[in-house]
Amino acid sequence: MHVVIIGAGEVGTSTAASLASDHDVVVIDCDADRTEDLKYQYDVLTITGDGTDSSVQERADVAGADMLIACTDDDRTNLVACGTAKTFGDPFTIARVKSTSYLKTWERDETAFGVDFLVCTDLLTAENIVRVIGLPAAVDVDPFAGDLVQMAEFEIGAESPVADQTVAEADRFESLTFVGIFRDGEVEIPRGDTRICPGDRAVVVGSPESVQAFANDIAPDTTPNDADEIVIVGGSEIGYQTARILEERGLRSRLIEQDGERARWLAEQLPDTVVMEHDATDTEFLSREHVDEADIVVTALDSDERNLLAAVLAKRLGVDRVVSVVDSADYVTVFEEIGIDVAINPRTVTAEEIIRFTFESVAENIAVLENDRAEVLELELDEGCALVGRPIRELVEEIDAKFVIGAIVRDGEHVTPRGDTVLRPGDHVIVLVETAFTSELASMA
Amino acid sequence: MTGRTRIRVRWRASAELTGDVLAYLTVPLAFPLLVALYYRESPVPFLAAIAVALALGAGFRSLRDPDADLGPREAFLAVASIWFLVAAVGAIPFVVAGTGVLSNPVNAMFESMSGLTTTGATVLVDFGVHPRGVMMWRQVLQWLGGLGILILATAVLSEIGVGGAQLMESETQTRDVSKLTPKISQTARLIWSLYVGLTILAAATYFALGLAVDPQMDLYNAVAHAFTSVSTAGFSPEPLSIGAFHPAIQWAVIPFMVVGSTSFVLLYFAINGEPMRLLKNDEFHFYLGSMGVFAAIVALVLGLDPGTPFGPEATVRHAVFNVVSMVTTTGYASADFELWAPGAKHLLFMGMFLGGMVGSTTCSIKSLRWMVALKAFKRDLYTSIHPESVRPVRNSGAPIDEETIRDIYAYILLSVVIFFFFTVFVVVDAERGDARVTEFEAMGAAASTFLNIGPAFGDAGPYGTYASFPLSTRAVMIVLMWIGRIEIIPVLVLFTKSFWTS
Repeated sequence: MHVVIIGAGEVGTSTAASLASDHDVVVIDCDADRTEDLKYQYDVLTITGDGTDSSVQERADVAGADMLIACTDDDRTNLVACGTAKTFGDPFTIARVKSTSYLKTWERDETAFGVDFLVCTDLLTAENIVRVIGLPAAVDVDPFAGDLVQMAEFEIGAESPVADQTVAEADRFESLTFVGIFRDGEVEIPRGDTRICPGDRAVVVGSPESVQAFANDIAPDTTPNDADEIVIVGGSEIGYQTARILEERGLRSRLIEQDGERARWLAEQLPDTVVMEHDATDTEFLSREHVDEADIVVTALDSDERNLLAAVLAKRLGVDRVVSVVDSADYVTVFEEIGIDVAINPRTVTAEEIIRFTFESVAENIAVLENDRAEVLELELDEGCALVGRPIRELVEEIDAKFVIGAIVRDGEHVTPRGDTVLRPGDHVIVLVETAFTSELASMA
Repeated sequence: MTGRTRIRVRWRASAELTGDVLAYLTVPLAFPLLVALYYRESPVPFLAAIAVALALGAGFRSLRDPDADLGPREAFLAVASIWFLVAAVGAIPFVVAGTGVLSNPVNAMFESMSGLTTTGATVLVDFGVHPRGVMMWRQVLQWLGGLGILILATAVLSEIGVGGAQLMESETQTRDVSKLTPKISQTARLIWSLYVGLTILAAATYFALGLAVDPQMDLYNAVAHAFTSVSTAGFSPEPLSIGAFHPAIQWAVIPFMVVGSTSFVLLYFAINGEPMRLLKNDEFHFYLGSMGVFAAIVALVLGLDPGTPFGPEATVRHAVFNVVSMVTTTGYASADFELWAPGAKHLLFMGMFLGGMVGSTTCSIKSLRWMVALKAFKRDLYTSIHPESVRPVRNSGAPIDEETIRDIYAYILLSVVIFFFFTVFVVVDAERGDARVTEFEAMGAAASTFLNIGPAFGDAGPYGTYASFPLSTRAVMIVLMWIGRIEIIPVLVLFTKSFWTS
């Protein structure tokens, strides 16, 4: 595969590093020092120049490229670079943006800006934070269909309320499906009367809200709920998106932002979040507002120094779990060494997403479970494929394979599959399948 | 430098608009003229008014300056002068007809201003002596004033264009006249056609009910009351107001008053397939809720009072009718509430201050302001415990900026202060003029005229007359009705130096 990467920052560099061994990689950056460094570090071709310039793209042979990844720090540069690339030919274009408004535009029409896949750094980081704090009980969590659907794997303890219940009894949530139960290393496709035993691992697929509610049901002690105090320090875009996603999941948080105008804006956007305008490193304020009694503190300030200070303060006050955003990847270990529970670096998250996508865009979005006993796939259904136009009940009877359809995303909306649901072209289906039947099922889509 | 201060208001633009509106006043004047001709009464009062309207209109228009644009200041000046001058021309038929108390120019002006501002306070003593044409003119005046003359002007006069938004905002003091369409004149037309439609529906309903149950509700009365119910105005050619009609008709009037006080923009959406915008609106809930609570308490007070001679149905009907009439600032009466228990009377008095929704035909302080003030107060209680918290006040989910909240506080305070001074004036002036007015009656009369409701208590009660107040009090009431209807600010700014000079 011929891959062109525009921008040799942290994201571009780590993407190039992971692709360089198997693919032809060209990296474009306007900073000569960076391109020079990269040339000797990895087996890639480097070009110094403006990645939005068509003559530079011509030199990088964008016309013959399979993929173009625009991941500079500037949103508009990335979007223009993708638009420019589409004038040469049809490479698969991936753009990194910070602003969620560009993401919204792109979601309205997934050909906008000439971008085929848009990675929104701040939103991705916020989703990551919410997964970390929202589902500590889950063994594995993976987002599907742009985070409209989540798959989560839970270990069922003996004290869990669903232990020794049937699946029908345990499934109390409208948009949640039990897709698999692992027992003694074997995957079992659950039916309504399947009994959940202690020691089992249950895999569920559903809307993030319902997965959250299910986690709360089976592991009430560790899963945050309404009664838990979540404090977000810093109303940066990441802080804001985190509070917004928490609101969507029915969790209320408190958000501390120092700047008056920003605090007002946040309060207007977040009706269910308590926004406070103050310096979060003021210990007198923190104890007056009982931040020491919070269960989870997320620090999302603009600088690493201030994040570190806020995180250390929160730990010292006695907060159980402190999650910190760390802008510079080098400091992640520093944060974790001094006792911050989780340190999240937005660039690493972005690079991981891009790399995951470059590998999976060929073989669709996959989550591998339990040493490859089963896989969860996201399939996009084409016009005239074998799965379209029939109720799911008929498909299950007819196809001789162990599989369960966990969720359907139709026109950007989550649809809960039932026996009489009919699949349509364009649907994204999230399906659990025993590994042996993966290619058989994938060929039918 | 001449040392003379330059006038910075391009008043010629305001004069031109005033002239246009006065000239167009001939159209509504034609209606009572036809009524007068039909009943074989003298057409002279209306012909005289039409002549004056045309002359004044031409006069003002001759002052026009093609280069002058209608800015915010010119809009204020135009709003204030148009409302006053239309009332003045509207008084001419009363003076020329010269029947009863209306032969006195101050009384005629009072009746005309009370009509145009949709107050509904009357100086009439003997309803029977006035020709039917003149009585119909009172109703037409109220209908014109109901939704605001300048919204009508914006709808009709295409040359207003951009200035229209300015005019509608300064007339109603709402910051955001939600535009239904990109063109403001189109929006004004849509709102007015809704108003016309509701009026026709009211007339048809009343007439049909009249045929069915009450011969007194003839075509004349049906049209006359349709003019003053959707406009929440309150004049009636009957001395007993709506109390003169069958209970079924009294019930039928209630929804028209309620709808008239509902935001016309939201009504428009509701009719065009988006009812949730109305049904989920916080102000709508507050408006119906506060009115419902008042009605329930009044019904309870009446029910428990052994001195009130109503059966159960009549108790509920009179409580609901008169509370709705007060809160929506209509001013109809279904019974003489002057005779009710003090508890019920005082509740009706309090109801005067509520008003209906912003963007409707209602007057008074309006439910949006009370709701925002209450929510802001609740918020302030919270922030006094958590001083760092930032908590916007919301209306149907949308945050309200702090400046608007401050304006609302200021408006409520200003209204209460004016009301207070006015009450004292009414008491003192009555004392001087040897009339007998108690403090409560003075409060009632002051609130009822300033907030454009209509009837009050004592001599000014629902079946009484404002003619018993001294002439000087009536003159001041004319001014207060005028100020109250256009929400104070457009008049008050005219008295500031910076309005004219800087």
